[in-house]
Amino acid sequence: MLEGKDAPRGVSPEKHWIQKRRLAYPGRAKVMTTPHGDEMDNTEPVVRFENVGMRYGAGTEVLSDISFDLEPGAFRFLVGPSGAGKSSLLRLMYLAQRPSRGLITLFGRDTATLPRADMPLLRRKIGVVFQDFRLLDHLSTLDNVALPLRVAGVSESQVRAHAAELLEWVGLADHLDAKPEVLSGGEQQRVAIARAVINRPNVLLADEPTGNVDDRIAVRLMYLFEELNKLGTTVVIATHNQSLVSRFRHDILMLQDGRLTVPGRPRGTTA
Amino acid sequence: MLGTRIDLPFRRDQASRFLPWLIALMVYLAALAVGISAVLGSAAENWRNDLSGNLTVEIPPVLHTPDAAQATDARVARAVEILLALPATRSAKAISAAEGLRLLEPWIGSGDIAIDLPLPRLIDLQVDPDSASDADSIRAALEGEVPGVRVDDHGRWVGRLLALIRSIEAVAMAVVLLIGAASILAVVFVTQTGLAVHNDVIEVLHLVGARDRYIAGQFQRHALNQAARGTLAGTVLALVTILGLTLIGAPADLPLLPTMRLGLNGWLALAAVPLAALAIAALTARMTVLRALHRMP
Repeated sequence: MLEGKDAPRGVSPEKHWIQKRRLAYPGRAKVMTTPHGDEMDNTEPVVRFENVGMRYGAGTEVLSDISFDLEPGAFRFLVGPSGAGKSSLLRLMYLAQRPSRGLITLFGRDTATLPRADMPLLRRKIGVVFQDFRLLDHLSTLDNVALPLRVAGVSESQVRAHAAELLEWVGLADHLDAKPEVLSGGEQQRVAIARAVINRPNVLLADEPTGNVDDRIAVRLMYLFEELNKLGTTVVIATHNQSLVSRFRHDILMLQDGRLTVPGRPRGTTA
Repeated sequence: MLGTRIDLPFRRDQASRFLPWLIALMVYLAALAVGISAVLGSAAENWRNDLSGNLTVEIPPVLHTPDAAQATDARVARAVEILLALPATRSAKAISAAEGLRLLEPWIGSGDIAIDLPLPRLIDLQVDPDSASDADSIRAALEGEVPGVRVDDHGRWVGRLLALIRSIEAVAMAVVLLIGAASILAVVFVTQTGLAVHNDVIEVLHLVGARDRYIAGQFQRHALNQAARGTLAGTVLALVTILGLTLIGAPADLPLLPTMRLGLNGWLALAAVPLAALAIAALTARMTVLRALHRMP
């Protein structure tokens, strides 16, 4: 899928594919809201880390003194060698893990004092594309994509319509009933992305989203993320793929031995 | 709240496959215990009602006189007369010597031996159960003219029998409670196993924004489905057993025993067993999941 053979001259097939679907994607409102539905200040960081440290159990810290802000609409690459703590940092951002110290603020709310009952509302504002996709293999493609809407209590007719529309948007309209095991790596990746964005999240986190696909698909997925970013979604992509980072030239968060070392632009680029 | 969909792959959960069998067994045993308890409770109540206000007056025979039989008959007639004059008396019926002998036939047989025994004559006395009359006051009324009279209100042996029945009922209720506790433990175990088996799926559900109660609802619904199958089987089996026992017991016409019937209360208690089993399964699964999820980040 992701075909764009009918692209006009001068427009890459990838970009054409995105453009064709741009209108089809039900873009979310530009005004962001807190989990309680209050309107957020558009200049307030959606994610703020202040001197955050994290350890698993009684082990040593895998993340130390992490501090950064993500403004609404930001696009960041999270880079660093294997074991640097990229996945751990993402886990903190999508509330799968608690920090051992420091302060994490999501959408203006301190996660340390966040009541458990409010966590689902916050999580629904964060879409996650996992490195291993984490699709539920007993559910169909459509049901996997529909999951965030179903757990939010959206009516079944809306769920099906929206999920089908989104799968069509990512080029998987012919695979609605397919189980993940029969899909290729790239197709599973797109299902995972569709699931991550179906709630129209304010923040999209992707852990090595191009790790299981070839370069051609990787580039197309990056266009997809950029397109979502243009619609107002804050995007953070953890990746090893240096060529992708160089090609798409967004700000980076670099992790080295659990510390954020060189926040800023990719080498060789200017702000 | 329960929703109609189940997102968790419970079919892969080996432990939960045993839940219907466990529930079926528990419901069967609990229904039998409740059924037996209800039958005995109903019997005790019938017994108490039947014997309430019912007394037996024993008139000692007149002995060693040439007209002993006539004198005894006169004594019985006088006793009946006195009893009928009491305000609480509803009826007083003298039982003839021949009838009295027939009552004793099962123990002493028939023939000359029985005729030669100095057996007391009996009066079947019915008094108003709500009146203040008791065995002592009736004996006092008779004793002046009928020396040696005894009045038996059956209280001693009926009381012991009722105590025995109450004890059996208490044991049956304890058994039902133990079965309930065992059912709760079984559901907790199966649910905790399910939580461990489906940990990855649960994490995904959490991360896409599922509330704890959504996930708990999934387990609750599954437990309810499993329990419904077990409950149906256990209830049908218990009904067949109870009806079978009733049919077996029906022809036995035992004059000393009251009628053994389940009664309306018994049927209602029996109907409560499967409902309680369903409630236990659903609520236990829900509470177990909510407690476990509360410990997760």
